[in-house]
Amino acid sequence: MNSSADIPAEDPFAAAMAEEDVRGRSLWVDAWHRLLKNRAAVISGVIMAVMILLVLVGPLLSPWEGDFTDWDNTSSPPSLETGHWFGTDSVGRDILVRTLEGGRISLLVGLVATLVSLAIGVTYGAIAGYYGGFTDRIMMRMVDIIYALPFMFFVILLMVVFGRHIVLIFVAIGAVNWLDMARIVRGQTLGLKNTEFVEAARACGVDHNAIIRRHIIPNLLGVVMVYVTLTIPQVILVESFLSFLGLGVQEPMSSWGALVNDGAQDMESAPWTLIFPAAFLTVTLYCFNYIGDGMRDALDPKDRL
Amino acid sequence: MQHSASRLLGLIPTLLVLITIAFFLIRLAPGGPFDSEKILPPEIKANLDVKYHLDEPLLMQYFRYLGQIITLDFGPSFQYKDWTVNELIARGFPVSMTIGGLAVLLAFLLGTLIGIVAAMKQNTGTDYSLMGVAMLGISIPNFVVAPLLILLVAVYAGWLPAGGWDWSVQRMVLPVLTLALPTTAYIARLTRGSMIEVLHSNYIRTARAKGLPELLVILRHALKPALLPVISFMGPATAGLITGSVVIERIYSIPGLGSYFVQGALNRDYTLVMGVVIFYGVIIILLNFIVDLLYAWMNPRIRYNEVQ
Repeated sequence: MNSSADIPAEDPFAAAMAEEDVRGRSLWVDAWHRLLKNRAAVISGVIMAVMILLVLVGPLLSPWEGDFTDWDNTSSPPSLETGHWFGTDSVGRDILVRTLEGGRISLLVGLVATLVSLAIGVTYGAIAGYYGGFTDRIMMRMVDIIYALPFMFFVILLMVVFGRHIVLIFVAIGAVNWLDMARIVRGQTLGLKNTEFVEAARACGVDHNAIIRRHIIPNLLGVVMVYVTLTIPQVILVESFLSFLGLGVQEPMSSWGALVNDGAQDMESAPWTLIFPAAFLTVTLYCFNYIGDGMRDALDPKDRL
Repeated sequence: MQHSASRLLGLIPTLLVLITIAFFLIRLAPGGPFDSEKILPPEIKANLDVKYHLDEPLLMQYFRYLGQIITLDFGPSFQYKDWTVNELIARGFPVSMTIGGLAVLLAFLLGTLIGIVAAMKQNTGTDYSLMGVAMLGISIPNFVVAPLLILLVAVYAGWLPAGGWDWSVQRMVLPVLTLALPTTAYIARLTRGSMIEVLHSNYIRTARAKGLPELLVILRHALKPALLPVISFMGPATAGLITGSVVIERIYSIPGLGSYFVQGALNRDYTLVMGVVIFYGVIIILLNFIVDLLYAWMNPRIRYNEVQ
């Protein structure tokens, strides 16, 4: 790391000195530069941007509708002549459009369910960490208990019990995925409360609000963002898992998991119905994992050498 | 010892929460175990309800159930007539355990081996390609790997049977491989990370300085501390394998406990679903407990603190 990156953003003197000629680099700029140096993360980011664009715009540009059945071309292999670039399934639906439309649902679930788990986890963890003591012990004991439960079985039960509504999928998956977030946020809050730089800020007369805004939140956000990125692929995976078992989204809606399930049914006669959705799903999970990894390396203060 | 005993007692509330959530969740589900296409005459349904105590208030059923499972009796299955849940578990579990156990073993051995090799060759082409493959192993879902393997190995090449179960090795290979893949990948990444950290410590430098060959440094000095994170991951890993087995058993049509669970949940077989959830819950909780003990036993720093 070069020397200018070593100036800590919290240092008011360095910041004041740097104000005139050289602009100080904030925590975020610093992390951003480190992320850009991570080739795997950058490539993954570009692929994901293209993927999101494709999924949003692709179905609009395609001549086919997702539920249109082309009876002249059922189970036809990928070809440019028929206009079905990824082929069709056993009732003649275009695999390309269905994969893109399924991607909308899969990515949407990934985003919304992650936000649900983020909201629950950050609130819960921050409260436990901030109040500490008895409250903290009770709250974390509860997390420990829930942690030991086979949560996937509960998601399956939830889906069976309450039906397969899409909103419920968001909530159910988010509601069982917040534990890690709560633990991490709580640990960070606990640690940050007593660090030297917070103490120093307090000694300088900075009020609580500013301490939280300038010192605790920025340090917390990095870790939270890393876990958000790592939660997204997990959540997408859980949704596809449910859809694969036939417990996720229902027709005419589709998701990558549901498409893989369909494809697996007639893969012997029409392997393309399996391969394309599976490839999209895997590439997405792969990229998100790399981005999350890269962000952890860029933002995790403990690895900053 | 005292510490372990109190930890063991601490498992009881966890278990109680597990049973309570599972019990009320499945009872909330619309529809009952005796709903079928053929509508039963009300008298017969009433008789069935009385026989299985479904006519009692929910709270009473709950306490009856608690009393019942203290004696380790999960009751009769609603769906599989003439079978008790205990018998079904006794039938399905050995199958699931064989696949799961082999997968854990494979994942542990292969994962640590890959991790160690990658750590020894840190930041070389070998390291990057091994970790790239490991990342793929984490990212590619079980239910994508399984059909692809069936397609390639069973359908196109015809080397192995595509599914089914008869306790033969040929039918075990694909399910075990599929189940072990993500865990192997995760363990490989964990081992690499912690091995690199350990290899930078002072006592390793000392060992190298006195002229020990690199292999001996790794095996005799670095391996044990580097495996600590892997050991503590084995608890969640087993839980993950159990969950994964639900899909694996479905795809390869294996008559294990996971397939009973999905079938039971769809058919509102209350007692079977509860039985499987509690059974697996106990296994996961106990394994986490054993892993904790093992971790403390392997990590001298924790042991030292306990003595203090």
